[in-house]
Amino acid sequence: MGDFLQQLIGGINPYYLQILVNIGIGIILALGLNVVTGLTGQLSLGHAAFMSIGAFTSALLTIKLGMPFSINLILTGFITAAVAALIGLPILRLTGDYLAICTLGFAEIVKVVFLNLDITNRALGLTVPAPNTTIPLPVVVWAVVLLAIICVSFIHSSRFGRALMAVRGDEIAAEAMGIDVTLYKVQSFALGAFIAGVGGGLYAHFMGYINPSDFGFLKSVDILSMIVLGGLGSITGSVIGATILSAAPEFLRFMASYRMLVYGGLLVCMMIFRPNGLMGTISFTGLVLRALGRKPHLKTIMEHKISETSRPVNGDT
Amino acid sequence: MFFQQLINGIALGSTYALIALGYTMVYGIITLINFAHGEIYMVGAFVGLFATSILKVNFFVAMLIAMVVCILLGVFVERIAYRPLRKSSRLSALISAIGVSIFLSTLAQMLFGANAKGYPEGVFPVKQITIGSAEISTLQLLIIAISATLMIALEFIVHKTKIGKAMRATSEDYNTAALMGINVNMVISFTFALGSALAAAGGVLVGLLFNAVSFNMGLMAGLKAFAAAVLGGIGSIPGAMLGGLLLGVTEVAGVAIGFSSYRDAIAFAILVLVLLVKPTGLLGRKIQKKV
Repeated sequence: MGDFLQQLIGGINPYYLQILVNIGIGIILALGLNVVTGLTGQLSLGHAAFMSIGAFTSALLTIKLGMPFSINLILTGFITAAVAALIGLPILRLTGDYLAICTLGFAEIVKVVFLNLDITNRALGLTVPAPNTTIPLPVVVWAVVLLAIICVSFIHSSRFGRALMAVRGDEIAAEAMGIDVTLYKVQSFALGAFIAGVGGGLYAHFMGYINPSDFGFLKSVDILSMIVLGGLGSITGSVIGATILSAAPEFLRFMASYRMLVYGGLLVCMMIFRPNGLMGTISFTGLVLRALGRKPHLKTIMEHKISETSRPVNGDT
Repeated sequence: MFFQQLINGIALGSTYALIALGYTMVYGIITLINFAHGEIYMVGAFVGLFATSILKVNFFVAMLIAMVVCILLGVFVERIAYRPLRKSSRLSALISAIGVSIFLSTLAQMLFGANAKGYPEGVFPVKQITIGSAEISTLQLLIIAISATLMIALEFIVHKTKIGKAMRATSEDYNTAALMGINVNMVISFTFALGSALAAAGGVLVGLLFNAVSFNMGLMAGLKAFAAAVLGGIGSIPGAMLGGLLLGVTEVAGVAIGFSSYRDAIAFAILVLVLLVKPTGLLGRKIQKKV
């Protein structure tokens, strides 16, 4: 099986393969943040911290224990989720921008701590050996992408997902309905971190080298831009947003040093012309059903409308 | 020793406070975290550098030039990148601000190169004054004096002038202020102008203090100043001053105790701890939640 896949992958141009893997990892990270920010409505500016924790955990598991890659990834996810739950329990009591700055602060602290720990090789970073598996990495990445999409879709339509959306809509009203707001927030935070941790583990093994500075504020912003660009709360949106923004630096490569300049300008323009994201509030499954002639109610297509459409009146937030 | 570190901390903290004021004022009025504010500060430092090294003007004139340029830039950025988004979700405006930030810092890197540059010698004659066991440079005193003057001026504008009253009204209730005949767009532009001027002054002072101006100085300073604004209670002007000073002093103290490699984490650790105890910052208004 491994050999067969290896041959299959070998036929693809390595450069395109690399872009494909980057897109896959981008989608995984975006889906994770989408659970926290899109579905539960908790703005996180520190998602890269969980990616960082996942990357280093996974790398160390391979280096020190030589663990099989599948177990490694799952364990990494659980460890990252545990850290997120531990952090989330106190800070998720904060709301709105106070939470945002706290997550940002947490990410900076994680970065600085990793830069000073011996086990993460301080500022030199870690060189990650090849994962202990026969299946080629691009296949693993895309398998995880599919799994993540399926999982998050199920969550969207589950009791758990509806509770998260209720929290997003109005915390006090949700609490009055018998939803344990803090518990659900921590769970969604941990779930987002689990996915980010797995994404980080894949990133570490794909890149072969990781440095704490790779997971700074700008990485978090990258992931946030993906889901806002795609449309908050929409899975299809996350996938499209992540695909565009992961591939954009490659396609802008011909501009060399103007690349980031154009990237910054693009972000501004996209927000001005599509302020609700490319997909906005449209659901993909709804569109497919419509195309197949099974017209679902328009309401199901326009699902997940973010309650926060306009700037809130001051003192009301 | 203690006194020495205190002065060091206050000098650093007052520059944080200058930048934090811009964050807090903009947030108070349009509830936007203006992530491009750190880059405005960076531009201010560069303009000051070129004014002193190429135009060879006096330090104070250079600071004024930097402030004027940054006012224009700040108002321009608001006009282009934030005003079209005023009615859409806050996250879109946030991403737009981040886009502007990436754009400005990349532009600075392309124009001025990646290396840190220093201010020319003798822009401001630095003398050491010895008080007891502490050695205080005139530069630190200058920073503290200028910051204090600017903050007093700001307090005066906000509390004693007509435009200040309009600012407070807009921050209290955007829609009602508009109904009362306040030109809200003008007030918002004015707020951006004030914030940018303070950031520019902060940029020139920090450039002089550390003698290093680089394209990426805005990111970390911006994040820390934002942390300072939140620490004091975002939207509150005295809160931003207090938060800035507190962060500056704790950071210097942390380095003095021997955590210098954790320098950037200290500010955020303090922030997280304070927020856990007081969820709306030190001087923030308690938020009444209504269903």
